[in-house]
Amino acid sequence: MTAELRELTVAEAIRRIDASELSADEYFDAYAEAAAGDDLNAFLWRAEPGARAGGGEELRGVPVAVKDLFCTEGIVTTAGSRILEGYRPPYTATAVRKLSEAGARVLGKTNMDEFAMGSSNENSAFGPALNPWDRTRVPGGSSGGSTASVAGRLAPCAIGTDTGGSIRQPASLCGIVGVKPTYGAISRYGMVAFASSLDQCGPLTRTVADAALLLRVMQGRDPCDSTSVGIAGELAAPSAESLNGLRFGVARDFSHHAEGVEPGVAEAFEASLRTIEELGGEIAEVALPHAEHGISAYYVIAPAEASANLARYDGVRYGLRVDGGADLTALYERTRARGFGDEVKRRVMLGTYALSSGYYEAYYGRAQRVRTKIADDFATAFETVDFIVTPTSPTVAFELGAKAADPLQMYLSDYFTVPMSLAGIPAISIPCGLAEPPGGGPGLPVGLQLTSPAFTEAKLLDAAHALETAIGFAARP
Amino acid sequence: MIDRDQVLHVARLARLELTEPEVERMAAELSGILEHVDRIAALDLDNVEPTSHVVALSNVLRPDEPRPSLPRERALEQAPDPADGAFRVPSPQA
Repeated sequence: MTAELRELTVAEAIRRIDASELSADEYFDAYAEAAAGDDLNAFLWRAEPGARAGGGEELRGVPVAVKDLFCTEGIVTTAGSRILEGYRPPYTATAVRKLSEAGARVLGKTNMDEFAMGSSNENSAFGPALNPWDRTRVPGGSSGGSTASVAGRLAPCAIGTDTGGSIRQPASLCGIVGVKPTYGAISRYGMVAFASSLDQCGPLTRTVADAALLLRVMQGRDPCDSTSVGIAGELAAPSAESLNGLRFGVARDFSHHAEGVEPGVAEAFEASLRTIEELGGEIAEVALPHAEHGISAYYVIAPAEASANLARYDGVRYGLRVDGGADLTALYERTRARGFGDEVKRRVMLGTYALSSGYYEAYYGRAQRVRTKIADDFATAFETVDFIVTPTSPTVAFELGAKAADPLQMYLSDYFTVPMSLAGIPAISIPCGLAEPPGGGPGLPVGLQLTSPAFTEAKLLDAAHALETAIGFAARP
Repeated sequence: MIDRDQVLHVARLARLELTEPEVERMAAELSGILEHVDRIAALDLDNVEPTSHVVALSNVLRPDEPRPSLPRERALEQAPDPADGAFRVPSPQA
C-alpha cells in the first residue's frame, strides 16, 4: 500500500487528498518511513513519521525533500561540509518558508556536494549519495541527494540549487525532471551562498506538472533578496500536447565541440528531435559560437565569487573552530584547512588567484566579457527560435570514483548546462530515454535540456510537458 | 604554470593552511584547470562590456523603517566561544 502511494505524482496525491480519498498524514508517513530506511545516503537529516504541518491549502501536507544548502530554523544545515557540522540556523530560507506556508512538510535535508561544488555528490563530507538506478554509480551533483531521493521513491519531490548545472545534471543522471528557473525567479535568502550571481533554487520532481506546482509556490519577489524579482504572469499547470508553430534551435557547433558525448546520449537526443517534429515543432539550426567557452568562464567566475562568499567560514561566529593558539590568523587558517574538503579548497584557491593583483583582468575581467558574449548569443538565437535544445549531460551516470582524480573531467560534466547559468535564462531537464553506459550494462537515464528566454517559464514548462507526454518515459529504478 | 611560491602566496591570501602534499597537488591541479581556462585568452573581447549581473535591475530600495533584527542571544547561540555577549577571538595584535 505505501509502495503504491509512493508512485503517485504530487499533483495526483493532492487531488486525492482534496477529494478525501487519501489522508495527508498517511501520505507523509509513507515517505517518512521510506526515508527512514534510506539506503542511498540521500538524507543527512530526516523528519520522524508523524511530523505534522499546519494549514496550507495548495500543497496539502505533501512531503518535500530539501537540499541541505537551505537554512532551516532549528534543523541542522551543513551544506555538505564539516565546517558546518551540527549548525542549526536561526532562520529559514524563503523558498522553504513559502513551501511550508503552502502546506508542504519538510521530509528531510538531502545530501550534496560540499557547498554545491561538484557534479557527482562525491564531494560531500558525509559520503556520496548513490544512484538508485545502479548503486555503484553517482547520482550526479551537486543536488544528488535530492535527485536520488525522488528517483528512489524516498521523496515525492525535492528542491535543489543550480549554479552551473547542479539541478539539471543530477536530474538527468537519475531520470527525473529538474528546473533551473531564471536568475531572480526565486529568492536566494537563506540559501548558503556559493556563487551569488549564478545560484538559483529550483524543483526536482517526477513530472513537469509537479515541477510547475513547486515553482509557482516558491517564485516571487522577496524583500530579503534584492536580486529576486519573481515571474510575472500566471504559472498554470502545464497542459500543452502539441508543439505546433514552435521553433526549437539546435546548436550543432556547440554540441560538436563537446568532449566525450556518449553515443547512447547522442542517439536519445536525436530521437527527441524527431519527437519534437512529430508534435508539430520545427527544428532549426542556431549558432552559439561562445557557448563552448562556458566552462572556462564559469570556472573563473564561480570560484571567484565562492572565494569571497566562503570567507565567512572563519571559526568565529558559528561552525567549526580549530584552535590557533594566540594567533588569530592561525585560527582562521587551521579552521578552514580542517573544515573544507579538497574541492572547496581547490575552488577557493582558484578564485583567490583569479581575483589577485595582476591576474584580475586576465581572468575575472575576461570571463565576465565572455559571459556577455554567451548571453548575447542566446539573445540572437531567440530572435528566430522559441527554445534551444541540448543533451543535459554528455554522459549517463558514471561509476563512483571514475572522475574523482581529474577535476577538469568532472567540470566538463556541466558543458551543456553552464552557458544557461551564465546567461541567467531558465532551463529544464526531462528524461528522454535510456542508454547503455560505455562498457555495457543495463540502460541508464538520459536527459534532454530545453532553454528559453528569461522569465518564460510558463512556455518552457508547457513545451516540456508536451514532450514528456509524447516521450512517455516510464522506466524507473 | 602555477608554481609552489604562487600557491603559498594565494593560500595566505585565502587564509588556508595547506599541507606539503596539498601544495604540490594544488600547483599541478590549478595549472591544469587554468590551461583550459586560457582558451578564452584567444577570443576578441575588445569593446565587450563585462557582465556581473544578468537581470536588468536598477537600485532596489525600501523605506528606511526600523524593524526587529536577530536577538543577540540567538546570534550567539552557535558561536564556538561566546563571551560577554560577543564572539571571543585571540587578539589580532598577538
